[in-house]
Amino acid sequence: MGTIANVGNKGKGIRSDCFVSLELTTGGGLEIDLKSKVQVLYGKSILKQVKEILEFFEIENAKVQIEDTGALPFVIAARMEAVIKKVKETDKEYLFPVLEQNKYATEKDRRRFSRLYLPGNTPMLFVNAGIHCPDGIILDLEDAVAPDKKHEARFIVRNALRNCDFYGAERMVRINQVPKGLEDLRYIIPHNVNLLLVPKCEGADQIDMVNAEIEKVKKENSIDASIWLMPIIESTLGVEKAFEIAGAKNVVAMAVGLEDYTADLGTRRSEEGQESFFARSRVVNACKAHGIQAIDSVYSDVSNMDGLRENVLRSKALGFDGMGCIHPRQIGVINENFGPDAAEIEKARKIVIAFDEATEKGLGVVALGSKMIDPPVVKRAQRTIKMALDMGLLANTWKEDYYEEIR
Amino acid sequence: MKKYDKLVTNALGRVVPTEVNGTPMEPFKGVGKHRPTGRKFAPSIPTSIDYPEDGNKVIGSLAEALEKCGLKDGMTISTHHHLRDGDLISNEVFHEAHKQGVKDLVWLPSASFPCNAELLPYLEDGTINRIEGSMNGPLGKFCSEGKMKGTAVLRSHGGRVQAIQDGEVKIDIAVLVAPTADAFGNAKGTDGPSACGVLGYGVVDHLFAEKVIVVTDNLVDFPCYPMELYGNYVDYVVVVDKIGIPEKIVSGTTRITKSPDRLYIAELTAKMMLATGMLHDGCLMQAGAGGTSLAIGWYAHQILKEKGWKCRLGFGGSTGYMVNMMEEGVMEYILDAQAFDLDAIASIEKNPNHIQYPVFNAYNFHSKGNLTSMMDIMILGATEVDVNFNGNVVTHSDGLLLHGIGGWQNCLHAKNVILPVPLFRDRMPVIKDEVTTITGPGSMVDVVVTERGIAVNPKRTDLIEKIKEAGLPLKTIEELKEEAEAICGVPEKPELDDEIVAVIKWVDGTIIDAVRKVKS
Repeated sequence: MGTIANVGNKGKGIRSDCFVSLELTTGGGLEIDLKSKVQVLYGKSILKQVKEILEFFEIENAKVQIEDTGALPFVIAARMEAVIKKVKETDKEYLFPVLEQNKYATEKDRRRFSRLYLPGNTPMLFVNAGIHCPDGIILDLEDAVAPDKKHEARFIVRNALRNCDFYGAERMVRINQVPKGLEDLRYIIPHNVNLLLVPKCEGADQIDMVNAEIEKVKKENSIDASIWLMPIIESTLGVEKAFEIAGAKNVVAMAVGLEDYTADLGTRRSEEGQESFFARSRVVNACKAHGIQAIDSVYSDVSNMDGLRENVLRSKALGFDGMGCIHPRQIGVINENFGPDAAEIEKARKIVIAFDEATEKGLGVVALGSKMIDPPVVKRAQRTIKMALDMGLLANTWKEDYYEEIR
Repeated sequence: MKKYDKLVTNALGRVVPTEVNGTPMEPFKGVGKHRPTGRKFAPSIPTSIDYPEDGNKVIGSLAEALEKCGLKDGMTISTHHHLRDGDLISNEVFHEAHKQGVKDLVWLPSASFPCNAELLPYLEDGTINRIEGSMNGPLGKFCSEGKMKGTAVLRSHGGRVQAIQDGEVKIDIAVLVAPTADAFGNAKGTDGPSACGVLGYGVVDHLFAEKVIVVTDNLVDFPCYPMELYGNYVDYVVVVDKIGIPEKIVSGTTRITKSPDRLYIAELTAKMMLATGMLHDGCLMQAGAGGTSLAIGWYAHQILKEKGWKCRLGFGGSTGYMVNMMEEGVMEYILDAQAFDLDAIASIEKNPNHIQYPVFNAYNFHSKGNLTSMMDIMILGATEVDVNFNGNVVTHSDGLLLHGIGGWQNCLHAKNVILPVPLFRDRMPVIKDEVTTITGPGSMVDVVVTERGIAVNPKRTDLIEKIKEAGLPLKTIEELKEEAEAICGVPEKPELDDEIVAVIKWVDGTIIDAVRKVKS
């Protein structure tokens, strides 16, 4: 461990971030050199915050240089802590309180149509991600973070989980591949995460390892909240093991990652996706056999909304329940097309009305016309109605409207 | 050096000087409360017998033309900004003045651009006393730091027309670049290597200046038609090799924003416009050429198409997107004050429904009626908005003067003024307790659309009801401000000196606010 370190981002195109250099010195107190885009508006408060953090970590003598492009307080704190921990051994953590509006847990089977990937060390993308209404926001510590940035990204992700408004989206983190990814967990588990993505998963044993570590960290930090898992199948071996992985504890959804999978297969990803038909079907089948959600791979051409739409419709037809997004503009298309269409809503409306009428009359059997309706069909129809109501596709007065129509 | 001891508090509570650069000025009294009286200003009576009978007013050089116009200390020189950042002539005027040792000039541009940073040495050495007009970039910074000899006067496009007409400003020499002109001085913007489409900003200059010089690099045989500037008002024509750098005059194409956050704001704005009935069959709308405005236009286009509606006219700031709306039949007319891209320029020439419409007609306070007050939809930007809906477009939150007013104030007279703005830019809150400089009174701003919700001016109860009914995210402006501060923190106020470096004029000529020197 040296006495000089740097963290953060600077340069062209960088906004809402900061670059911090720290040098521990043996005397002379704290010398802080701040160059900030928001000097006039927040110069004093940034200096105050930086001093507080240095004091918190018991640093009395140091030279600190900060180049700030408008970083929010949680980012500045993460950068400071990361740079300090590069030059000083300490177990202390400088934590922000968890935002009141972030204090929500998520249900096992909540809607997961769209989940937006954000590179874990690029905080400028975090603050507005939630306004685009993805079902989940993934702070990615794996592929989107360069190896020498993994350390600092953990602090950014941890602080964001506590202090960045997710606007109701499920808070997700993609950890690094197991076993390395296990080290990420203590930065994530105590800090209000809902779901972890486990990349390049090739067996239930990996999920067991993750669960064991989660339990350990939860116990140490007295946490009860459920933390769900979403393994990602990204290899030929993973596809073969899909069934056992889908059945592992706390797994609520399983995703397929086709970039790595097609490379492993020795082929290339095509627009139509014939090469991955087997893998996708296998994953969907394994998920459905265990009653969990199947999540499709991302569509990487962010400017092609028609291509995305077709891709989503194919995906939905295969049985997938959702898809990853790499750009906020994809969220709307994904949500809209995974959502129930007019014919599905109409059918669900009739089934639910028939069920309600049957229940009211005390009948044990639900029939629609001459057709008997099985309980799972009713359940699915009820879910469709709920989804349509949530998505604003159906008016709250839909039942009254129905009777009005048939009158 | 510019300590104003005679200060007064105006109707918006801002402390402003009663005299600027030796001229008495009125404080802002409220919207529609000030009426200049008397007769319009007029330049000296010219006589046609003093001009060449063959109509040939071409003269050897700009230097010679300026000399013949009697260029001397203290004169007011005006230019228009249609060549934008590609203008090679506005600077040339002052290079020449500097060579001739002339001092204390007042520059009255309709807008300045980064290319005009070249004039900084002349502001320093006293060739130019001050700028009266819009100021951008380095010139604004120079002024904010208190380095300009005189006090800057910022006027809207319409305010410039008002001041020239009622004689508050007297133009001694107007130097008007023209992409195409004839030897008599008739000029147009649609043709030539430096085509800019429209020359409307120069109209008032050529009508009211004592002397008028037209500078062109594309001299055509008489008549240059259809002319926007008339040779009858022109004294001299100067032919040069090049008046502008085409790629800096217009963008090849103007582009819709790619920022997902800005697109989100644009989509929300369009939904709000539909839900409130602002967007309807036969509506009149105006939006700028900024990325978010273009996106709103695009969303409006889709809605109009889907509904089978037509927008009666779009006023602009024309762009290829607007042209596309006209060509696809969802917009009947374009009234054009300035063309922003090549598609727009081409359209003026080929489409009779694409009409050149100078600000002299659209934004003129001394005109018998005003186009902007007829507009149903007005999309504008702002650097800051406060909880009273007052807007600032001229200074940044750090107090630096960095933008011109443009047509912003004039456009506030529309039926529905919408400010689609992000709640904060990086860590700079846009919605604040108090704006740094009031450029427009909050009573004229109807809706503020941010990515975190829509705030409606409480006086617009009609809009509030409709937005609520449509289930769009309605918030109070205070709630939005608090949300910005919860994310960014409460900003400190810039430390400003007492010295006034610039005044901001309202459309009627009164002073709405003053800009103080920043502490370095």
